[in-house]
Amino acid sequence: MSKKIHVTTSINGEETEYLCEPYDTMLDVLRNQLNLTGSKEVCSSGDCGACSVTLNDRLVCSCLMLAAEAEGQEIRTIEGMTENGNFHVLQQKFLEHAALQCGICTPGMLVAAKALLDKNPSPTETEIRFWLAGNLCRCTGYDKIVRAVQAASEEIKESA
Amino acid sequence: MTETQYLSPKTIDEAVNLYSKNQGQSKILAGGTDLLVQIRSGVLSPETIIDIKNIKEISEIKNNGEGSFTIGAAVSGASLEENEEFKDYWPGVLEALRLIGSEQIQGRASLGGNLCNASPAGDSVPALIASGATANVQGPNGKRNLPVEEIHAGPGKTNLKNDEILINFDFPTKEQGSADAYLRMIPRTEMDIAVVGCAVNITMDEDTCINARVALGAVAPTAVLVNEAAKLLIGTKLDNDVIEKAAKCCEDACNPINDKRGTIFYRKRVSGVLFKRALKIAVERAKR
Ligand SMILES: Cc1cc2nc3c(=O)[nH]c(=O)nc-3n(C[C@H](O)[C@H](O)[C@H](O)COP(=O)(O)OP(=O)(O)OC[C@H]3O[C@@H](n4cnc5c(N)ncnc54)[C@H](O)[C@@H]3O)c2cc1C
Repeated sequence: MSKKIHVTTSINGEETEYLCEPYDTMLDVLRNQLNLTGSKEVCSSGDCGACSVTLNDRLVCSCLMLAAEAEGQEIRTIEGMTENGNFHVLQQKFLEHAALQCGICTPGMLVAAKALLDKNPSPTETEIRFWLAGNLCRCTGYDKIVRAVQAASEEIKESA
Repeated sequence: MTETQYLSPKTIDEAVNLYSKNQGQSKILAGGTDLLVQIRSGVLSPETIIDIKNIKEISEIKNNGEGSFTIGAAVSGASLEENEEFKDYWPGVLEALRLIGSEQIQGRASLGGNLCNASPAGDSVPALIASGATANVQGPNGKRNLPVEEIHAGPGKTNLKNDEILINFDFPTKEQGSADAYLRMIPRTEMDIAVVGCAVNITMDEDTCINARVALGAVAPTAVLVNEAAKLLIGTKLDNDVIEKAAKCCEDACNPINDKRGTIFYRKRVSGVLFKRALKIAVERAKR
């Protein structure tokens, strides 16, 4: 038993309020209360990255964050990635490069890759592989994902 | 049953007060990358969770000049990495902290959490010890300042009292010609637990070693400061036979376990090897 906690936070730029239990994770609230089911629950122990979101622009696993911690902070999820209804260049490149099969890891991969490109628009292949080490994919063998991120990086640089 | 609660105090005094009021039933939350895993797997179910990240002193990086920094216990790896000055002065501490988990884990994992979780394999702990950093701890009976090597008491256990909170770390001013380095051995190249970790902090005057601290992780119930190895190095030109003798000291300082990651024999051998490699990197950095 516990008193519910009232949280006011920003999710994908929109002020959002919810009630949560002390032990609820951010992932629980995103998926079960806010209907933002893009973030996936896979390992629940911070190993797989399928639940990746950003907290004040910092990449984190939403399964290892309490929902109560979001008070006054800024959360971004995969649902906030499209721009005016258009795919983000990373989403487009993932499609073009067939960088997904079953799709479970994809939202986390995209959120993580975007966090990388926001910080470092022209990462080397090694930097991409290290950055995505916390996102597990059991389908693709990673190569297509890395190529897609490289292609997105190229396009971002060209349009800059 | 009493109610579970999440509290996020804004000041140290408030946190200390809440923590001592709920002694035994409460847990401090920094980045949560250990604590929330333990809660979610059912190992722990504290009644009260005290989030310390909204407390200024615990979340801030302070540069006191000449290599002396005060680093909040809950500062994340990702945020410390963005501090260029810290990177210049304490590359070994930073590389040890940055080895923890993935970028997602780095967004949250802290030096304080790594130390207080008290895993013998915590990567940043040997580097903190070698740096000579001290920990500022506060409880209802006041403040204490302890060398980091005095904090671990055994696997999962610290010498902090039940009502004490780790506030921040003080890094000493950096001696001229000094540098640190950390290396760990893991069976894979990323995302694994250290079989051996070794940190070296060295001060060189031209080719002569004038000060040294050596620490090992994952080879004993707690991280260990290997004073004997440091003593051998100081005052020498780091000739091969000196280095070999110091490496032997590292092997002898080990009291490891046999497990799937490494046998006792292997862990001992690797500590000597890692020591030699970390020393080499620290010396190169010191001479730059
Ligand atoms: C996928 C994954 C990979 C990992 N890889 C590594 C690795 O390679 N190397 C490694 O060393 N660790 C690793 N870890 C473990 C963990 O990330 C680190 O130990 C991290 O530094 C813990 O910091 P935190 O801020 O998240 O601590 P928390 O989980 O918040 O806290 C850890 C413990 O310390 C206590 N505590 C925290 N801060 C304080 C304080 N200021 N005062 C008193 N008590 C306090 C908490 O109550 C808790 O018991 C990994 C974890 C995960 C999930």
